[in-house]
Amino acid sequence: MRERDEEWTDLMRLAVSGDSAAYHRLLKAVTPVLRAAARRGLARAGQPVDQSEDIVQDILLAVHLKRHTWDANAPFAPWLFAIARNKLIDSLRRRGRRVFVNIDDFAETIPGEPAAETAPASEVAAQLQSLPARQRDVLQSIAVDSASIKETAAKFAMSEGAVRVALHRGLASLTAKLREQ
Amino acid sequence: METDQLIRTLAADNAHRARPVGFVLALALLAAVPVSAAMFFAELGVRPDVMTAMRNPFFDLKFAVTLALAIPAIAISLHLSRPEASLHGWAWLLLIPAGLLVIGTASEMMMPQRLPMMTRLVGTNSRTCLTAIPLMSLPLLAAALVGLRHGAPTRPAVAGAIAGLLSAGLAATLYASHCTDDSPLFVATWYTIATAPVTAIGAVAGSRVLRF
Repeated sequence: MRERDEEWTDLMRLAVSGDSAAYHRLLKAVTPVLRAAARRGLARAGQPVDQSEDIVQDILLAVHLKRHTWDANAPFAPWLFAIARNKLIDSLRRRGRRVFVNIDDFAETIPGEPAAETAPASEVAAQLQSLPARQRDVLQSIAVDSASIKETAAKFAMSEGAVRVALHRGLASLTAKLREQ
Repeated sequence: METDQLIRTLAADNAHRARPVGFVLALALLAAVPVSAAMFFAELGVRPDVMTAMRNPFFDLKFAVTLALAIPAIAISLHLSRPEASLHGWAWLLLIPAGLLVIGTASEMMMPQRLPMMTRLVGTNSRTCLTAIPLMSLPLLAAALVGLRHGAPTRPAVAGAIAGLLSAGLAATLYASHCTDDSPLFVATWYTIATAPVTAIGAVAGSRVLRF
């Protein structure tokens, strides 16, 4: 557990210094832990556990947009679990149940079952359709068509800078829409 | 969208760097201070005998008290903008202004007084105090909430209440230079009552707008 936490912290430090591959690895590594905790939270609230993927994506978006509040001198796991716990409680409340989530749910979680038993996430995809056309196109190109920023820029005759701006704004407005729904 | 697709998209956005919360909060407050100051100079203004008043330690104590509220509240609100933070180990900072008032009141008690205690406590400006401090706080509170929205407070109502304290502290600093009631008893009574609704508004607004 300790080893895992240190590895995450190292990856996050690399990510903050601009290493996107390390960031990608970190997000991949935390996702099973988040998924297991989301399933546990749903189960405890008496809700179908196959809804966990929407919660996982909600947490990942929040982690991404709030990562500047992580202190590079502090361990990453407590920060991550605080965000995850907050998002999980919010999601469960939105689903109509008041529940208490134990922080240990995250800390003690072992990577859970494969995602195969889980219903596909639908909330992010649904909100994607309500974004301004440019943001939606850029997000879709990078997320669904697996295009790079460069390829996306070429496809839409935009500068790479404009693609980056649209990408970030798209992610931010997606998160805002998920919060308001 | 698959979670793997979302993760790839987030990694593609890794180059984006957000400003630190402290920077955004400072910018927002710097934009709001002139608004509150304009309200102050339009309606109240500095008291005419300010040069004489500055030689009165009880006049100076008012600024020590209000700044001892505003500055720790800024530090605490920045601390609370981190998701894993709690008030634990920080809340005692808010006792500093109260401690200063206790010391001030005790020293005033030990001095010969021209006016009886109740007269000093009631003062002459309580009504102005109770309107001016909350009103001048509002632009600062809005700015503080805008700044803190940039953070990730997991206790939004608490963070909002602290934003209320910081804005009331700053507004009270302005107001203190207008008010001719310098007795620590007056400050402890009326400034506190004026701060309470701002804190409550901050908590209610915070629980709505500081969620992320």
